[in-house]
Amino acid sequence: MDATILGLLLLDGVQNGVIYGLLALAMVLVFAVTRVILVPIGELMMFAPLSFVWLQGGKLPGTLWLALALGALWALLERGRGRGLPLVGGAGLLLLFLLARGSPALAYLAALLLVVYLGVATYRVFFQPMRAASPEGEHRGATVLALLIMAVGLHVAYQGLGLVFFGPEQFRPDPLLQGEVVVGLTWQGALVLAFALLSAAALYLFFRRSLFGKALLAAAENRLGARLCGIRPEEAGMVAFAIAGLMAALSGLLLAPLINAAYFMGFMLGLKAFVAAILGGLVSYPVAFFGAVLVGLFESFTSFYASAYKEALVFLLLVPALFYQSLRAKGVEE
Amino acid sequence: MRRYLWFALLLLPFLLSPFPFYVTLLNFFAIAALVALSLYVLTGLGGMTSFAQAAFMGVAAYATALLTTRAGVSPWAGLALGLGLTLAFALVLGLLTVRLKGHFLPLSTIAWQVALYILAGNLVGLTGGHTGLTDLPALSLGSFSLDSPFRYAFLSLFLLALLVLALHNLRESRLGRALLALRGDALTAASFGVDPAALRLKAFLLAGGIAGLAGFLYAHFLRFVNPTPFSLEASIKYLVMAVAGGVGTIPGVLLGSALFTGLEDWLKDLLPLLLGRQGNYETIAYGLVLAGILLFAPQGLWPLLAGKRAFGRPALPEAKPLPQRPPSGRRGEVVLEARGLRKAFGGLLAVNGVSFALRRGEILALIGPNGAGKSTTFNLVTGALPPDGGQVFLFGQEVTGLPPYRVHPLGLGRTFQHPHIFPEMTVLENAALATYARTRAGFLQVLFGLHRKEEARALATALEALRRVGLGELALERADRLTAGQQRLLELARLLASGAEVLLLDEPGAGLRAGEKRELAKLLLALAREGYSVLLVDHDMDLVMGLADRVVVMNYGEKIAEGTPEEVQKNPLVRAAYLGEVEAA
Repeated sequence: MDATILGLLLLDGVQNGVIYGLLALAMVLVFAVTRVILVPIGELMMFAPLSFVWLQGGKLPGTLWLALALGALWALLERGRGRGLPLVGGAGLLLLFLLARGSPALAYLAALLLVVYLGVATYRVFFQPMRAASPEGEHRGATVLALLIMAVGLHVAYQGLGLVFFGPEQFRPDPLLQGEVVVGLTWQGALVLAFALLSAAALYLFFRRSLFGKALLAAAENRLGARLCGIRPEEAGMVAFAIAGLMAALSGLLLAPLINAAYFMGFMLGLKAFVAAILGGLVSYPVAFFGAVLVGLFESFTSFYASAYKEALVFLLLVPALFYQSLRAKGVEE
Repeated sequence: MRRYLWFALLLLPFLLSPFPFYVTLLNFFAIAALVALSLYVLTGLGGMTSFAQAAFMGVAAYATALLTTRAGVSPWAGLALGLGLTLAFALVLGLLTVRLKGHFLPLSTIAWQVALYILAGNLVGLTGGHTGLTDLPALSLGSFSLDSPFRYAFLSLFLLALLVLALHNLRESRLGRALLALRGDALTAASFGVDPAALRLKAFLLAGGIAGLAGFLYAHFLRFVNPTPFSLEASIKYLVMAVAGGVGTIPGVLLGSALFTGLEDWLKDLLPLLLGRQGNYETIAYGLVLAGILLFAPQGLWPLLAGKRAFGRPALPEAKPLPQRPPSGRRGEVVLEARGLRKAFGGLLAVNGVSFALRRGEILALIGPNGAGKSTTFNLVTGALPPDGGQVFLFGQEVTGLPPYRVHPLGLGRTFQHPHIFPEMTVLENAALATYARTRAGFLQVLFGLHRKEEARALATALEALRRVGLGELALERADRLTAGQQRLLELARLLASGAEVLLLDEPGAGLRAGEKRELAKLLLALAREGYSVLLVDHDMDLVMGLADRVVVMNYGEKIAEGTPEEVQKNPLVRAAYLGEVEAA
C-alpha cells in the first residue's frame, strides 16, 4: 500500500465515519430522552434523498402519504390545541411538496421537513403511547425491551414500504457542490465533513449552554422530576425525534450523491452507527462520535483487504466494545 | 396427566393427510413454533430477547448441510455439530452481553444476525453463496426414512410436543421462577441467591440450542439450505409470532406460530399481486402487526382468548417441606458485624465509618432521620452496593463487597423498603422464589422433569412459611391482589422460606395498620426467641422502642448513639437529631 492509497482510505474512512458519528449522536440523544433505540433511523435517512429524487423527477413520493397518514393519526391522538401542530404541519408539507416538484432548492427543504415530520409522528403514534402506558421505574427494563421490539418492527415495516415507494433501484442525486478539492476529496465530501463537525458542535452547545437543551437532558434523567419542573416528557420526546430526524435527513441528503441511495441502504449505515454508540455505552456523546470515526476507518481498511466481508467484519468491533462495557458493568442492576 | 395431551399434536398429520400442501405447512408450523418457543424462554421468562434466532438456525442448518453433503456422514453427526456450533456462538455473544443492561444483548444479536447472514451469502466456497447447498440426505430413524412431509411431520411434531413439556417443566421450577423474578427485578432475585448474569447466560444458551435444533429440522426437511430463511427478517418473523400470540404463555406462542405460518404463505401470494411487483412485502405486515400488538394487546392474543382464567396450580402442595436447620449456636454470639463502613455517592458521604454488631437472638434497630444513611448501610451489608471502605462479617466470615447472591446463601435475607414482589406470580410462587438457594435442580434436570420431588418440597416450604405469617389462605392468589400490609408479610414469609437466620428488614412496619403492626411485633419477638437475629430499620418509634433489644442511631451517615431503647432516648445527641434541640454539650 502506498501513500496515495493510504490517504484515500483515510479520507474515505473519515468521511463515512463522521456520518456514522452523526447517526450515533442522534441515537444516543433519542435513547437518553425516550429510552427508544432508534433502529429505523437508517430508513428515515434514506427517505430524504429518495423523496428528493422523486420530487426532482416531478413525482410525489409515497413517503409523503405515509407521513400524512401518520400525521392524521397523530392529530387524532392529540386533544385541543395539540392538534394544531400535526394538522398545520401536514397541510404545509403537502403544499410544499406540490410546489417543490422540479425546484431543487424547495425539494431539498421538502425532503428535509418530510423526514422531521415523519420522525415526530412516528414517536407520537408508536412510541409515546407505550411509554405512557408503562409504569416508570421498577419495570423500566421490560419497557426498554418492548420499545426496542417496536423499533425493530418499524424498521422492517418502513424498509418494506421503502421498497414499495421507491423500488429496488439505487439512485444518485446530483451533489450540491461539483468537483474535487484534492484528488480523492470531492467538494461534496468536504461539505459532509464540515456539516458533521458543525452539527456535533451545535449539539454540544445546545445541551451544554441552552436552557432548553438542559431541560431535555433533565427529562431524560428523571421523567417525574422533569414534569414537576414544568417540562413535559412528551414534548421532550418529540423534540428528540425531530432533532434525530433532522440529522438523519441532512446526512442522507449530503451522503447520497457520494454513495447512492436505495431503500435498503440505510439499515447498514444505522447499524454501524449503533456499533459506535455501543462503544460509548449509549450514554457518551463524544465517545460515540469518535467511535464512529473509528468504525469508518476500520471499514475503509477492511474493504481494501477483504471487500466481500467488510460489512460483516465491522461487527467484529462490537466484541471489544462489549467486552469493555462488560468490565465496567456493576454487579447487579437495579 | 393433562400435560401429555400435547402429544395429540401427532394426530394432525393423519387428519391433514388428504391435503399434501397442509402437511407441508404443518412441518413449517412445527419448526417455526420451536424457534418461537426459544423466544418464550428468552422474552417470556427471562425478559431478554434475541433478533438472531434465525441466524442460530442457520448455523446449525449449514453445519449439518456441509457435514452430510461434503463429508457424507450421518445427519445425526450433523445435528451434534450444529448444536455445538450454535451453543458456541450463543456462549460468546452471551458472555459479552449478559452482564450489561438489558438492551445490549438484543442489540448485539441484531449485529451478529446481519454479519452471519452476509457471511453465508459471501463465503461462496464454503456455503455456495446465495445458491446454497443442495441434496441434503433425508433423515431416517433406523431403516424408516423420513423422506415425505407426511413422515417428517411426526418427527417435527414429536420434538415440538417434547419441547412444550420441557418448557412447562421449566416454568414450574426454581429456574422458571428465578427467570421471571430476574425480568421484574434483578436485585430481589439476587437477594435470594440468583446470579443474574449466569442465569441469563444459561437461558440464552438454551434458546440458542432450541433454535439450532429447529435449523437442523429445517435443513433436512427442505434438503436444501440458502441464506434467505436465516435473515434478520426471518428472526423478526419469529419474534412477531411469539409476541402476537402472547410471549408470556406457551399456548400463546403456539397460537402465534400457527397463525403466522398460515398468514405468511397467504401474504407472500397476495401482496405482490396487490402491489404489482415482486418483493418481500410481507415484512410490512409483520412490522405493522407487531406495532399493533405492542400498542393494543401487549400481552398478545392468547390472554384475550383465554380470558383472565389463571392456568395456575390447582391444589396446594402436600409434600414434606425442605429440611429446616433450626437456628443453632450460642445466644448472644455475634452473627453479623460491620466495621467502619464507608460509602460516598459523588461528593455526598452517605455512610461514614459506621460499625455495629448483631448478636444471635436479638432485635437490633437502626434508626435515624431521613437521609441518615440507614438504607445505604443496609445495601452495604447485604452486598447490593460495594462499600468504599470498611468490612462486613457474617458468621465470622468476611463478606465485604460480595454480590447479594453470594451473601444470601450464607444465611442472610433481606426485605425492601418498598415491597419487591412479583405481581404476575402467585403468592405461593413469590414465597417459593426464596428457596432458590436451598434447591439444586439445574437446567437439564428441570427440562427433563427430574426436579418434581424437590419442587414439591420447595412449594411446601413456601406454604409453611406463608401459614406462619398468616397468608396461608391466600397462597394461590395472584400476588398483586394483596394489600400493602399483606405484601410486607409476604416478604417476611419469603425470608422464612429462604432458611436465612439473619433477617434484615427495611421498614417492615410501613403501610401496616395498628393491628397488623402488633401481629408483626409478636412474630418478630417469637422469631428472635427461636434464635433468629433481626436487624431492622423503621421510622415508627413506638414499634422500634417496644421491640428492639438495642438501638443504633445514625445521622448524616455517622453513628451517633448505641444502646438500649431507654439509654438512646435519653441521649442528647439523639434528641438533637430528631427534635432539633440545641445540643446540651
